Amino acid sequence: MVCIVAAMSIGQTFLGLLESTPRHGYDLKRAYDERFGQARPLHFGQVYATLSRLLRNGLVEVDSVEAGEGPDRKRYAITEAGVTDVRRWLSQPEKPEPYLHSVLYTKVVLALLTGRSAADLLDTQRAEHLRLMRELTRRRDSGDLAERLICDHALFHLEADLRWLELTAARLDELAEAVRR
Amino acid sequence: MTGIHADGGAAATGRRADGGAPADGHDRGSPAEELLVAEELHRAFGPTPALAGASLTVRAGEVLAVLGPSGSGKSTLLHCLAGIVRPDSGRVTYRGADLTAMSDRELSALRRGQFGFVFQFGQLVPELTCLENVALPLRLERVGRREAERRAAEWLGRLEVGDVAGKRPGEVSGGQGQRVAVARALVTAPRVVFADEPTGALDSLHGERVMRLLTGAARDTGAAVVLVTHEARVAAYSDREVVVRDGRTRSLEPAA
Repeated sequence: MVCIVAAMSIGQTFLGLLESTPRHGYDLKRAYDERFGQARPLHFGQVYATLSRLLRNGLVEVDSVEAGEGPDRKRYAITEAGVTDVRRWLSQPEKPEPYLHSVLYTKVVLALLTGRSAADLLDTQRAEHLRLMRELTRRRDSGDLAERLICDHALFHLEADLRWLELTAARLDELAEAVRR
Repeated sequence: MTGIHADGGAAATGRRADGGAPADGHDRGSPAEELLVAEELHRAFGPTPALAGASLTVRAGEVLAVLGPSGSGKSTLLHCLAGIVRPDSGRVTYRGADLTAMSDRELSALRRGQFGFVFQFGQLVPELTCLENVALPLRLERVGRREAERRAAEWLGRLEVGDVAGKRPGEVSGGQGQRVAVARALVTAPRVVFADEPTGALDSLHGERVMRLLTGAARDTGAAVVLVTHEARVAAYSDREVVVRDGRTRSLEPAA
């Protein structure tokens, strides 16, 4: 399995993971790697840089500090602003583009983990894909041969995404069960 | 989650261009008129529920895609909207008239006069020529043979299959046969065209040609199209979509 979360969404993924329970940085990294990054686990540097940014932006807060032999262990909790941020991220469709499935997969899992409607998320994304497909279809049908071929290529990729969305929608119950385990 | 709701809200985007009276003299209504309204339809076949509370609205001049996986109930929904299948409960109205209260004869007259149909395999009459197939709905409406065949020939030309007029369905390709079927669906100037997987038996190239001609002709005449499909590339010819899942409908509007 490849690393499936784009760098820009690591922060939101952390927020989603923190929504169910506060975690230490190490626990957060482990939860993330198990679900989304088996082949490319996060570096600790990425983990703490991301947490620092979330802390600075008021999206997480330090819930408790445990003193130990090494550096103090901080436990992080999501703030109200963090919950709002992750809710907004999950409800907004992604811009359709090739290889989008990784971000969508992450969103679906996080929606299930946080008790939100993954079916709504998939439907919203499907509407966004179809919107772009309509634009491309209009462009193709009024364009020259080169335009038609370019639009066809994009349409086939978007269609593949849509098939994935449909299949995932049909497997949501199964996925929800797997996520809960 | 924003953007998800039971159908019946947002206006369709595609409209006929002129908005005026069409050449056929039929009253086409205003572009935003709600032509067909289905409310809480339930229909079971034996113990198997096909529809479990499906609702949707079809507006004048729009192309509405009905999407969903196999067995989701989308074809049953189309059949209920077209008055082919009666729902066990719920209501379908066409321009305010309740289809579920109509007699079989009234429904048959409504289908002949107001609706057109395109199915996956064309369903042309094999003994008749393509021209006679297209003229058939007009003949059933008691239009004289010469006038019916004149109008049929015009529609065959419009669908780019004028050259197969004298051939029988078995002598033409699948793509040509579907375009003949589209011509037959549109020749009576219907208010609503029901298309059930109209490109399901065609390859991409021919399927797209059929869709371009079907939706183009429907928009020119102001007919609404209810398009049942499981193919996104076909649905992309629509103005908006409704998804049927487990016998229920959901319409989707992209988030602003």
